[in-house]
Amino acid sequence: MPSIIEIRDLSKVYAGGTTALSEVNLDIAEGEILALLGPNGAGKTTLISIICGLVTPSAGQVRVGGHDIVSSYRAARALIGLVPQEISIEPFERVINTLRFSRGLFGKPRDDAHVERVLRALSLWDKRDSMNKELSGGMKRRVLIAKALAHEPKVLFLDEPTAGVDVSLRREMWQVVRELRAAGTTIILTTHYIAEAEEMADRIGVIDAGRLKLVRDKTALMQEFGRKRLTVELTGPLDALPASLEPFELALSPDGTRLVYSYDTRAERSGIARLLAAIASAGLSVRDLVTEQSSLEEVFLGLVEEQA
Amino acid sequence: MNWLAIRAIYSVEMARFFRTIWQSLASPVLSTVLYFVVFGAAIGGRIQSVEGIAYGAFIVPGLIMLTVLQQSVSNASFGIYFPKFIGTIYEILSAPASFLEIVAGYVGAAATKAVLIALVILVTSFFFVGVHIAHPFWMVAFLILTAVSFSLLGFLIGIWAKNFEQLQIIPLMVITPLVFLGGAFYSASMLPPFWAGVARLNPVLYLISGFRWSFFDLADVPVGVSLFAVALFLLAGLFAVWAIFRTGWRLRG
Repeated sequence: MPSIIEIRDLSKVYAGGTTALSEVNLDIAEGEILALLGPNGAGKTTLISIICGLVTPSAGQVRVGGHDIVSSYRAARALIGLVPQEISIEPFERVINTLRFSRGLFGKPRDDAHVERVLRALSLWDKRDSMNKELSGGMKRRVLIAKALAHEPKVLFLDEPTAGVDVSLRREMWQVVRELRAAGTTIILTTHYIAEAEEMADRIGVIDAGRLKLVRDKTALMQEFGRKRLTVELTGPLDALPASLEPFELALSPDGTRLVYSYDTRAERSGIARLLAAIASAGLSVRDLVTEQSSLEEVFLGLVEEQA
Repeated sequence: MNWLAIRAIYSVEMARFFRTIWQSLASPVLSTVLYFVVFGAAIGGRIQSVEGIAYGAFIVPGLIMLTVLQQSVSNASFGIYFPKFIGTIYEILSAPASFLEIVAGYVGAAATKAVLIALVILVTSFFFVGVHIAHPFWMVAFLILTAVSFSLLGFLIGIWAKNFEQLQIIPLMVITPLVFLGGAFYSASMLPPFWAGVARLNPVLYLISGFRWSFFDLADVPVGVSLFAVALFLLAGLFAVWAIFRTGWRLRG
């Protein structure tokens, strides 16, 4: 897939001297969902804001669809839709008019059929004549997405799209994002909810202290940095680990009935077969086996702590 | 040129005006009627004429100018400050629109509102005094140029303001005094020589003088100077807005 966004050596130092971004390089492929993870103040929103034209970069270059965001800002911005973190919406305007406004602002002629499609896709068609202030929080968030889609952008930025929304609405938002991706829209989202990135993203980028620590395919990231755990449930409790099992660096549960074995998913051999053989040789009988993979959250925390 | 962006901003701003059309018109019309009653009838009854013009008629251009300046500044400053306040400014700043297009939308709408209100006041004045317009073309030209220039000033105030108090302070503390001291209700020639000299430092004097000339063919300063002053004000405003968008001052991080 060709890159729709190319970021080269992008840096941002605010007037107060705070370095928000430092030499960020990133390519985002057309049609993918990229999740940007990072702690508060890591630089996620600054990165998005620079690409969208809300913040002026200190150094570096960004191209969207091959257009430089400074010298060809019209062409670059026309390709972008932005859903901000805060619910910022004109309270006294009607839903349908806010979409028409967004479309006009981005230089697209009025197209009621497209506006209707967007509103229907976001389950807002019935509310088209309602004033924005009359909508629930979840609906306002959907209006923000609808506004961002009103001018048919190729790239959609979602800055913390599900911050502060309930579980059912979050799942609803995820569904919307999947449908957008299916329609060919490139999506870049920042999130605090790692489960969200795990659920939806094709690739994960981790930003910390203004630096892009890594960008990996989600599955590869999980394999590369993730660890698996095998929990062996015994039929009877142990007081201490037998000496023959010490090389496996097992953890014994406090009640002595479970042995926990951690192994690297990248290793050529997991060592499970040898472990089970050693357990049998030690005269222990097994009731059950459970395997677990570390979550993206654990991977993320591990990465950030490792870098710190 | 992104004409559709200009139209989108202009339409939304005008829609807000028409949503509250009665408040928008009632307040300035009521104020003007009160001015006519107080200055035109009560005080004006004791001043027969100024430079051959009945006092009630003499104050009409000044009253219209007073309203145009106040409305231009308040409409334009609120127009850009409100999106800043509620956060929707992100959409304006991320749109494929130049500073000129954004300004044209907001300032165009603010100036249109001010001109509409001015015309309503002009019509209202016909009910109180006989007003003859000597140069209708120049009257409209001065009206539009002044409305646009002060809408630009209002736009700058809206960008500068960090709260509603700041939004109000310039119109209250600067614009209104300048209009009152700029000859809205008198001719600068009526002032003692020293104060007449001081009055010439007031830019609003040139606007009111030019506008009054378009009504009565008499002015405190030559009409060419008035036109030059309005044009200068307009260019200064445009330059300031251009510089703000170029640097992102109080708009972009």
